Amino acid sequence: MDSTLFIVQLINGLQYGLLLFLIASGLTLVFGVMGILNLAHGSMFMVGAYLAWYFVQQTGSFAFSAVISAVIALLIGFLVERTLIRQLYRRNHLDQVLLTIGMIFVFNALQGLLWGNDPLGVDVPQALSASIPLAGIIEYPVYRIFVAVFCVVVAGVMYYVISKTRLGMLIRAGESNREMVECLGIDISRLYTIVFAIGVMLSAVAGVVAAPISSIVPGMGEHILITCFVVVVIGGMGSIKGAFIGALMVGLVDTFASVLVPELSSMMIYIFMAFILLLKPQGLFSS
Amino acid sequence: MKNKNKILNTALLGMSLVSLSTTLVAAEQDPIKVGVMLPFSGVYGGLGEATRNGLKMALQEHAADLQGRKIEFIEMDTEAKPSRAPEIANSLLNKSHADFIIGPVHSGVAMGMIKVLKDKDTIMIIPNAGVNAATGPLCAPNIFRTSFSAWQPSYPMGKVALEQGFKKVVTLSWNYGFGQESLDAFEESFTSGGGEIVKKMLVPFPKTEFQSYLSEIGSIQPDAVFVFFAGGGAVKFVKDYDAMGLKGKIPLLGAGFLTEGTLEAQGDSAEGILTTLHYADPLKNEENQTFRRGYADKFGKPSDLYAVQGYDTGLMIASAVKALNGDISDQKALIHALENTKVKSPRGDFTFSKAHNPIQNIYLRRVENGENQVVKLAASALEDPARGCSM
Repeated sequence: MDSTLFIVQLINGLQYGLLLFLIASGLTLVFGVMGILNLAHGSMFMVGAYLAWYFVQQTGSFAFSAVISAVIALLIGFLVERTLIRQLYRRNHLDQVLLTIGMIFVFNALQGLLWGNDPLGVDVPQALSASIPLAGIIEYPVYRIFVAVFCVVVAGVMYYVISKTRLGMLIRAGESNREMVECLGIDISRLYTIVFAIGVMLSAVAGVVAAPISSIVPGMGEHILITCFVVVVIGGMGSIKGAFIGALMVGLVDTFASVLVPELSSMMIYIFMAFILLLKPQGLFSS
Repeated sequence: MKNKNKILNTALLGMSLVSLSTTLVAAEQDPIKVGVMLPFSGVYGGLGEATRNGLKMALQEHAADLQGRKIEFIEMDTEAKPSRAPEIANSLLNKSHADFIIGPVHSGVAMGMIKVLKDKDTIMIIPNAGVNAATGPLCAPNIFRTSFSAWQPSYPMGKVALEQGFKKVVTLSWNYGFGQESLDAFEESFTSGGGEIVKKMLVPFPKTEFQSYLSEIGSIQPDAVFVFFAGGGAVKFVKDYDAMGLKGKIPLLGAGFLTEGTLEAQGDSAEGILTTLHYADPLKNEENQTFRRGYADKFGKPSDLYAVQGYDTGLMIASAVKALNGDISDQKALIHALENTKVKSPRGDFTFSKAHNPIQNIYLRRVENGENQVVKLAASALEDPARGCSM
């Protein structure tokens, strides 16, 4: 591999990793604060992509579609937490798994009913549709760079909110000691609703920004969910920082594995995960 | 309470006796049982639905050929899961006693079905799954296919690529049976004519993160790229190929599935792609025009390749039932009738090879204005070599 190709592949890996972070961050946030393992997290990624497709069809504006999809996702998160997830707090992980797997089936069925099973596509928004000449005949799509920058901004905002704001303080407090937070007169159930809704929204927003560079198909949520779990397990369950580092690692490992060891590329990220777990059984940044 | 139960039991017994006697009387006029094993949910749900629509449409249009016999459909959703195939096939064979079992879409499911149905007292007709083995090493008298073998659509593209003056080609596909068989078929004709495969890339299935592969293609700069992808993967690949600036610089060739049912989602990115396949929507022949109109009227949406394959499966059944005057009880005679069917298909007439795979035309198509326009006949009456079939 010559140096220019190496740089292109590096960009590919980082950009893929950043997108993975955006999806995985909600999963790890919800687990860290609430102790809920939401297997339907990938379904929200799918819902985000389908919503983006639907609203772009209706309005033609990607920016508007992104905002309205995010709001709808927030509402879905709110409703799901209030009606379903709430039942789980005093139950074990197996019950959580059963309920959230059930939700996957419900979301998949709804997707089939509402939007059918044909693969769909969203056009890249006009303003971002250019490509930058990179090396030789390769051009790099501006939209992919936009996605990477967007993910970095989201990571920055999350960092700020969690470390500098009152909500973030509560989230951190909730992570380390629920009972104490409740004793101090904080309405923990409201906090849980907010955190879960934000988690759902993050996943759906990832689906929206990924829509123009993905094919929107049934089951797209399940594929991404597995990769997300690898990210979260490597980073340490519940750690946002871990999810960030883990996502970048997985993105880079996956990209370079497919070039350097194509025969093993399908299992490389799992081998990498196993290797990390051997060194750090709780993941890199486990609390 | 006891008495009441007794009465109920007697009544039930009586009813079943009545129904038994009617079954005996009606033996000749029993409906023909058609088991349908298609994916109605999940990624291939749309394909399953189109296939079923086509199948039913043909059998309705040719109801007169069935010599008064009704068709009873028993529909099973395979969800395109190979692990479920043997169980469903078993139930259709042994519980429902289906005369015909139609399916599947997915090649993995096909392998599971064949294991159960090979040489059994039913006729299996594959309306899509193209795995070579089904009409190769695993061929059997009671297994037919109305679609294609993996080899068929890709083999003629090797010759086309040479005609276009391409010498060095990169091939790329998902790393699974059908994809590899497609690449092999292309390679077979391309290298035998003097072409060179400079790199063969296999992407783990169902990964759709293609950036690293596209970057590598950009640095190799071959004369052309030949790929097999279908469905959502095809949409993504074609869009990414364009976004990475490769479209228009390195011609993209593919087995026809690359641009089947995906053109709307691919948009402008698909323009100019060359593919080879046994069908194209805009084919000018009369059967196709009539079929397309009829299908759109009936189901309220445009027909596609999968609808055609389902339709031809229906035509085949109707024609065999007609040839036997409605009596399909003798399996040997039924197989003989099916073997000799000449299907007047929307894709053009086709017949069956010794291995029960269609001998059919393969068309070269180019995407123009969001449609697969026929450029020319890439191969006429192409027969799969049926390697490994000893029938």
